[in-house]
Amino acid sequence: MTGSLIGLGAGYVGSFMVLRRMSLVGDALSHVALPGIAISLLININPFFGAFIALFLAILGIWFLEKRTELPSETLVGIFFTLSLALGLLLTPEPELMEALFGNISKITTLDLIITAGLVSVTIIVLRRISEGLMLGIISKELAQAIKIPIHKINFIFLILVAFIVALGLKVAGTLLMGSLVIMPAAAARNTSLSLSQYSRWSTLFGVLSAIGGILAARYFGIEPGPTIVLTAGVIFVLTLFFKHK
Amino acid sequence: MDSNAILTVKNLNVSFDGDHILRDLDFSVSKGDVLAIVGPNGAGKSVLFRTLLGLIPYSGEIEWIKDLKISYVPQKFSIDRELPLSTEEFLKFKKKSMADIVNVLKSVGIGSEHKNDSDHYMKHVKQHVLNQRLGWLSGGQLQRVLIAWALLDDPDVLLFDEPTAGIDVGGEETIYNLLKKLHGERNLTMLLISHDLNIVYKYANNVLCINKEMICYGVPATVLDPTSLAKLYGGEAGFYQHDHHGSR
Repeated sequence: MTGSLIGLGAGYVGSFMVLRRMSLVGDALSHVALPGIAISLLININPFFGAFIALFLAILGIWFLEKRTELPSETLVGIFFTLSLALGLLLTPEPELMEALFGNISKITTLDLIITAGLVSVTIIVLRRISEGLMLGIISKELAQAIKIPIHKINFIFLILVAFIVALGLKVAGTLLMGSLVIMPAAAARNTSLSLSQYSRWSTLFGVLSAIGGILAARYFGIEPGPTIVLTAGVIFVLTLFFKHK
Repeated sequence: MDSNAILTVKNLNVSFDGDHILRDLDFSVSKGDVLAIVGPNGAGKSVLFRTLLGLIPYSGEIEWIKDLKISYVPQKFSIDRELPLSTEEFLKFKKKSMADIVNVLKSVGIGSEHKNDSDHYMKHVKQHVLNQRLGWLSGGQLQRVLIAWALLDDPDVLLFDEPTAGIDVGGEETIYNLLKKLHGERNLTMLLISHDLNIVYKYANNVLCINKEMICYGVPATVLDPTSLAKLYGGEAGFYQHDHHGSR
């Protein structure tokens, strides 16, 4: 249940991350969460909060860079995020390390489910409202500004939504694999869509299918669901290549 | 200053980090004018547009008359072929009414070969334009769609940055003829950035030449003399002045 909700959110948020050429940022962001998880484990709070705070700080950084420079911030992102992965690896207590890296769906509590349901709904509602501005900003920043779309504000809201979804997904897919759950459904949906509405729908659907398929497969084989979710998403992506519009 | 002026610019200065991009510009635009803005690359033409739109901080005066609707088509507009966005969705970002969208597409000459048969026209335009990915349109079609976008909320003023960037030479002429037609039909005031002096002579009633500072301003045939052209483009460009059919 929690897994499919996360797939839903990840698919939808991911659709815009792919369009904004933020695929790598998404991947790297999930690594930033690791020191946050480590600290929450050390002081014994729900790792979601630690992860979210770490992501929030990282996102402030990205937003600031995007606003101040025209550069795609990839290099800095690469350096900064690998550093935080290293830091997280050192800080995380050994027994919890595997769990933090790859997720542990059996540890999901009812509270987690409630938080997930709430935040995924908020994310979807907010993202629907800002989707037009976000899309226009992707096509042309100037065009968007000329019709008075507050593009920096919208980008900031969007990044916060990304942080929500990534932080939520950590328990299911883990820091190493959450990035791909955000990116792959969207990449697959791009193959099969002509319009934005089709694209968002497909991406969301693929996200849910990856999560459910992956969790069922994991249960069947008695393994952790993180890798099987990502593999399911990968299979969907490969299948969509056959339906790609010219 | 002209009492018909809808835009008055006085002593306009723009600088980024201490670099002067625009220095001491003074000009005005009256209702119905077609003002061409020319100058070499890096002269600050696009910056001027963005400043006029209020997107860039400046010093000096920019005064638009009240309640003016201004539309803007930015330069170098390339759309990723893979972008999942249909032309219809793009146009609906600006205005939701399908009837308005179809009207404006007609007036920018999209699907003009089926203009007289409205059922057929809708089918054609839907199939070939509206339901297509925006990134799949040809350069000329995309430019028309962008003009349509700019016209959708019935603007009084159109700011157009290099209307024909990325369009082949034959297509350029058609786009300018279209702009001229729209100018007449819709009582538009237009500001165009162009690198092509022929276009300036042919379509504009006023020209502003800038190269960071103002070099000339007035009626094209009078102010575009060899001296100001030499100043604008450097020595050799005066050569082009009377070559109305020449290439650029």
